[in-house]
Amino acid sequence: MVAKYDLSDDSVVVIIGTGAGGGTLANELAQKGIKVVSLEAGGRYLPQDFINDEWESFGQLAWLDKRTTSGDWRVARDFSGLPAWIVKAVGGTTTHWAGASLRFQEHEWKTLTHYGRVDGANLLDWPIDAAEMEPWYALAETKMGVTRTGGRPGLPGNSNFLVLEKGAKSLGYQDVHTGNMAINSIEYDGRMSCQQTGFCFQGCKWGAKWSTAYTEIPLGEETGFLEVRERSHVARIEHDAQGKVTAVVYFDADGQEQRQAARIVAVAGNSIESPRLLLNSASSMFPDGLANSSGQVGRNYMRHVTGSVYGVFDKPVRMWRGTTMAGIVRDEARHDPARGFVGGFELETLSLGLPFMAAFLNPGAWGREFTSALDNYENMAGMWIVGEDMPQETNRITVNSDDVDQFGLPTPNVNFDDHPNDVAMRNYAYAKGAEIYRAVGATQAYPTPPYPSTHNLGTNRMSENPRDGVVNRWGQTHDIPNLFVSDGSQFTTGAAENPTLTIVALAIRQADHIAREMAAGTI
Amino acid sequence: MTTSNHRGLTRRELLSRSLVAGGSFLVGSSWITSGSAAWAVEVTALKPETMATLVQMARDIYPHDRLRDEFYVVAVKGHDTAEQAPMVEEGIAALDGAARGKGHSGYLGVGWEADRVEILRAMEESAFFQTIRAGLVTGLYNQKEVWPLFGYEGESYSQGGYINRGFNDINWL
Repeated sequence: MVAKYDLSDDSVVVIIGTGAGGGTLANELAQKGIKVVSLEAGGRYLPQDFINDEWESFGQLAWLDKRTTSGDWRVARDFSGLPAWIVKAVGGTTTHWAGASLRFQEHEWKTLTHYGRVDGANLLDWPIDAAEMEPWYALAETKMGVTRTGGRPGLPGNSNFLVLEKGAKSLGYQDVHTGNMAINSIEYDGRMSCQQTGFCFQGCKWGAKWSTAYTEIPLGEETGFLEVRERSHVARIEHDAQGKVTAVVYFDADGQEQRQAARIVAVAGNSIESPRLLLNSASSMFPDGLANSSGQVGRNYMRHVTGSVYGVFDKPVRMWRGTTMAGIVRDEARHDPARGFVGGFELETLSLGLPFMAAFLNPGAWGREFTSALDNYENMAGMWIVGEDMPQETNRITVNSDDVDQFGLPTPNVNFDDHPNDVAMRNYAYAKGAEIYRAVGATQAYPTPPYPSTHNLGTNRMSENPRDGVVNRWGQTHDIPNLFVSDGSQFTTGAAENPTLTIVALAIRQADHIAREMAAGTI
Repeated sequence: MTTSNHRGLTRRELLSRSLVAGGSFLVGSSWITSGSAAWAVEVTALKPETMATLVQMARDIYPHDRLRDEFYVVAVKGHDTAEQAPMVEEGIAALDGAARGKGHSGYLGVGWEADRVEILRAMEESAFFQTIRAGLVTGLYNQKEVWPLFGYEGESYSQGGYINRGFNDINWL
């Protein structure tokens, strides 16, 4: 029985967003018998609705509300209105993600300690560490069915992986395998195993990939404690004279403004929308936006050092066949400043279909040099670089005072400049990627620029000291005790790993904290 | 695809009705056709000569020798509207003007691709060029009929994925 709460019910926890963070938190709280209203800007799409066609799926799932960009990153030039490739739907970007589920390395929780001060970077240690997170990671891995953890077998490698594996091993890399993937290698948790269909980015039509859309959300709804209101776009969060949040104002599916009362509010709209919402909720008591006494809301925007390398061979690879990201080289993920940069990076298999390859291989390029690459599409292998980027205060989400969206709300701007450490890491990774492919006979290697960001992090950072960040060790804002942040925007630093597993682990842990504090009557 | 090879006209009739032979195209009063008359397309808002030049320009931007002209015709046909016609006519006129400035009869009269590309490079920052190029990224590469010519197989869900159909069948490593 799905719950239905009154708009005036001020005993509910209101969660904004239903992705990895918000969707997980909603189910975890509902399982504990806590009343939850989840507000989701997008509609509900299930495996039978997903479309295995890149542009058509993009039109179905992508967050396409107006955004602006600035800064020296190439995305601002090539995709000025599309800084991020993320999803507006129940399940959020867990519909689109590729499933890579890696724990942070121990040192990545304490980068200021391990890397030291880096000019221009706003490095900070997380207030939590690997030992504290270990049990939460284990719970997340079990929830998500992560392969090569908990006794679950790895996925079989597709041809794209076999090329990567052979090239990497011939260069002496050791930690090469088909990844820790939240994609079932065997039937698990009532969901079937991967059918090697490709199109992981377009929503898994088999339901083999973990997504809150068809795991956490329906499980939460079954408890009778979770009500999900889809196509509900949040405008602002309201507070009382004591500075505690009291309600969330949103536009419903019919465009009507509604106000849901709340005991607790958790923000999980991804790292562009979450700070935008806090900034757009500015009031006379909080003129710089909610929870922003540190001035850090919207700052330290991170997107990982990304980029792709596509190798061309004299024979077919057909990289699009099979699980998109089930292949990894982890040897370069270590911190080893001898390479000319701090932090590390992962190399993971990747493929795009022909339509997206044409759009993303070298945006804006044309002529025979470009088309000769596409002419070899069938003979391409592909990998993605995922590395730790430097948090910078000036890389930030702001709201445009002179530009509004379809609801009249100020639109977000995403400003990003690469840090010299980011550039050094990317160039090093491009060279290593090309070496891997050349070692197995590639005749060409293309260092492909970053796509619009799927890993958006850091804009409501976690800190021990309220002066340094927006939320404490529980994702609870330093300024407002009943306001939480539950998505990747709470990341203090980004680590080299795909962020979803850590977002989920933090959300499970946060649910535990919220339930405990509610029981104690402290929030 | 909006082209056809019939519309009541035989190949001989098509060829006899063509007004201009430009590049690999034959241009009629309201249509263009391939030199072989294997297909023809009706042009509504643009001048047929403009459409013929636009198709050549499209091929020069994204030249794939394995793709027949029909695919490029489909890719640019969306510009044949009353709304876009002034922009396209103006852009193609500039292209022809640049070609004449180099001693050619017009863009379609430039024999070598490299010479046409040189003309295009000089105007690649223009709004006209960028509109045409950006439109081609989806207009050309998102045609499902084009995919097999690159080996791309599109969706596989309807066939049960590749788990039993060669996801790991690479045999040359």
